[in-house]
Amino acid sequence: MVRRIDRDQQRFEKIIKGKVRQQLRKYINHGEMIGRKGRETVSIPVPNIEIPHFQHGEKGSGGVGQGEGEVGQPIGRGKSDGDGQGQAGNEKGQHIREVELTLEELADMLGEALELPRIEPKGDDALTSKKDRYTSVSPTGPDSLRHFKRTYKRALKRMIATNNYDPKDPMIIPTKDDERFRSWKTVSEPHTNAAVIYMMDVSGSMTDVQKEIVRTEAFWIDTWLKRQYNGIERRYIVHDAVAHEVDEDTFYRVRESGGTRISSAYRAADHIIQRDFPPSLWNIYCFQFSDGDNWGEDNTECIENLKENIFPICNLFCYGQVRSPYGSGDFIKELRKFEEEFDNLILSEIDDKEAIYGSIKTFLGTGK
Amino acid sequence: MVVTTHRPLPKELSDIQQEMEQHALDYGLDFFKTIFEVLDYEELSMFAAYGGFPVRYPHWRFGAQYDELMKGYSYGLQKIYEMVINTDPCYAYLLSANDITDQKLVIAHVYGHCDFFKNNAWFAHTNRKMLDQMANHATRMNRHIDTHGYETVEMFIDTCLSLESLIDPYAPHIKRESKAERKPETKQQEEEAGEASGGRFPAKNYMDRYINPDEVLEAEASQKREKAREMSDQLKFPKERMRDVLYFLIQYAPLEDWQRDVLSIIRDEAYYFAPQGQTKIMNEGWASFWHSTIMTRHGLTDEGLINYADHHSGTMATSPNRLNPYKLGIELLKDIEERWNKGQFGPEYEDCTDMFEKERWDKDLGLGREKIFEVRRIHNDITFIDTFLTPEFCYKNRMFSFAFNDSNKTYEIQSREFEQIKQQLLNSLSNHGRPVIYVQDANYKNRGELYLEHEYLGVELKLDYAQDTLVNLHRIWKRPVNIETVVDDRPTILSYDGKKHYTNSKEKT
Repeated sequence: MVRRIDRDQQRFEKIIKGKVRQQLRKYINHGEMIGRKGRETVSIPVPNIEIPHFQHGEKGSGGVGQGEGEVGQPIGRGKSDGDGQGQAGNEKGQHIREVELTLEELADMLGEALELPRIEPKGDDALTSKKDRYTSVSPTGPDSLRHFKRTYKRALKRMIATNNYDPKDPMIIPTKDDERFRSWKTVSEPHTNAAVIYMMDVSGSMTDVQKEIVRTEAFWIDTWLKRQYNGIERRYIVHDAVAHEVDEDTFYRVRESGGTRISSAYRAADHIIQRDFPPSLWNIYCFQFSDGDNWGEDNTECIENLKENIFPICNLFCYGQVRSPYGSGDFIKELRKFEEEFDNLILSEIDDKEAIYGSIKTFLGTGK
Repeated sequence: MVVTTHRPLPKELSDIQQEMEQHALDYGLDFFKTIFEVLDYEELSMFAAYGGFPVRYPHWRFGAQYDELMKGYSYGLQKIYEMVINTDPCYAYLLSANDITDQKLVIAHVYGHCDFFKNNAWFAHTNRKMLDQMANHATRMNRHIDTHGYETVEMFIDTCLSLESLIDPYAPHIKRESKAERKPETKQQEEEAGEASGGRFPAKNYMDRYINPDEVLEAEASQKREKAREMSDQLKFPKERMRDVLYFLIQYAPLEDWQRDVLSIIRDEAYYFAPQGQTKIMNEGWASFWHSTIMTRHGLTDEGLINYADHHSGTMATSPNRLNPYKLGIELLKDIEERWNKGQFGPEYEDCTDMFEKERWDKDLGLGREKIFEVRRIHNDITFIDTFLTPEFCYKNRMFSFAFNDSNKTYEIQSREFEQIKQQLLNSLSNHGRPVIYVQDANYKNRGELYLEHEYLGVELKLDYAQDTLVNLHRIWKRPVNIETVVDDRPTILSYDGKKHYTNSKEKT
């Protein structure tokens, strides 16, 4: 039975989540969530939802208390503790509410807020997985799957029909014929997989601020993609003049410095794809973040690599250029030349933290 | 639909209940039949969230309240032991997790509340069939929801709740009928007053200042302005300021029928709960007085003593910036009983100037018990404090007044002088700690604007809340709304016209 209070409480939670949605941008740009990666739910502080009244403020307020102390002795701070507002102590203090949300819920909110389209995976039945579903009832089966209620009902019906039922002594004895068992069907479910490759420039010109922007954006992209696919595999590449494949944890923490050779990252990405993700079976996403300060002569090699190996097999190749105080920011100009030619190439310039929100929309707004 | 069907008390508890009831009767307590029920914490919180009632209209704030109670309990911050509702018969809910000593104490406490509800004058006009009334409200509300949709009605309830405290808790009973003053027709003013050119004679330019002397024109103009002001005074509506703002809005605001009904429901319930706010100290004090009297004389077993002492002292705990109504109430009642037993009252006692003699004063009158029964019948918190708080009492209980120091945002001890303490206490109790607000004019500026007045008693309004509340008021009145109050020590009018907020210092008139 749904209790009255459950309904009111659910309504209340909805309202709170609405508040979170309103302030989503703030939560996303802050990057507070990233430290919590790995846990399924996050607690987000939301301001208490209050119905406003004409009520007294602090100015001129006071009250009566009991205890020791000299005149002039402080007995409590204003605002924060909320008590002692001269209301004879029968008003509650103020609380900050924490709302528990799962990352999926947040991803959905993000999707809604940015009006991201659901992704249409390619090769939708390329992979299938088999699942057992208990959907039917059969007259035979193992004891452990006996459907007690159905069995009981059949027995009861039979006893009433045969006039064997005595309400004063309501004993029900099922026979072999009465017994019913749960049974299962094996169903195939289309299972679409996505592989995501994150590349981050960690060369000397990328400061901590730039890297944090990259990580925040990568986190939200990841959260969204995870929502879209049954299974998602991720690979992480960091590079300066040379590229390394690293694990997720390193990607979110590493500090490096050195020159920049973007082509090294592309080679590594190509290598990973060849090794782990045959393009006919996988939806492949590449996200690359850099300040765009590449070695001049390396650009040619980059473009070649992209055109030959990467563009043809990717759902999306996204390049996010983070503005850096040191970098030249030239690389994006090279890629612009091909923007028309390859519609899976998406470019975005990320000026600061505030721009993350819009950049996510640029990348994921295509629905590919 | 009732959420829990009534479950009879287990034998162990019903024995205790009968015993406690008998003690309460022997001491002269007088109550409606009281029905007890044992609930687990979840159920108790659910009842508490609904103000004690099993059936209320749906609204998220009950859910919020429940959420808070359950969280508070699971973090060990708070616990409700019992809950009593003012109805006939009285319903009392006990927490199943209470140990047996707690249950005894709580049951004795409950009888104190039941006696208070039945006999205190401020509850005389409350609806003792409020269970039915609440259920009726729920039915009406659900009907509106069916017709207009959940969110529309919910939003309107939010708006009404924002104004729910704007009632007149001192009105003897709710006015349900209206022989209202008729809303005056907003007359088109025939003459636009105040235009200095109005009385000009035609004159050639060079003669103008002789034929139309400035001083005369100015005098005529100001006369006209005066007349216009008088006229707008006549148009002033209502004639007398009104404390029951909700009643006024129900009568005169341009509401749809269902909205008017929702607002009436909110108002009815506000009136029902108002006396509880007005008698918090007395009611809790009275119940505590009786649980302690009954428990210490009859209820305690040796092994229960520690638990009793623990619970009782927990209830009586004081902290510097929070006045415990249980503690103040019971101490003051005990003080009254003692004084009337010893004859420490009346002109002869008051006139005595010898401190020592006053302290030893004992005429062995034995009038104490009779006196406190009288007190519980006729007083509310304010008159209770006003009549019975004495300098000796304040001294003995180490009371002080505190005030907010704006310069360092801290509450500080302000005084230990009796007069100051008493005044501060009365101020904070007045209107249950809420600002007192009147409808001053519903045709302000002769434009149908609503003009409220905050009766300033030294404490300023919380400004952001006041503005948000004005927005809600505007939703109901649908014309610009204003409230006169004091901001930064200056008389100020806060206004909202549906789009923007305005804050104007009031001109001196």
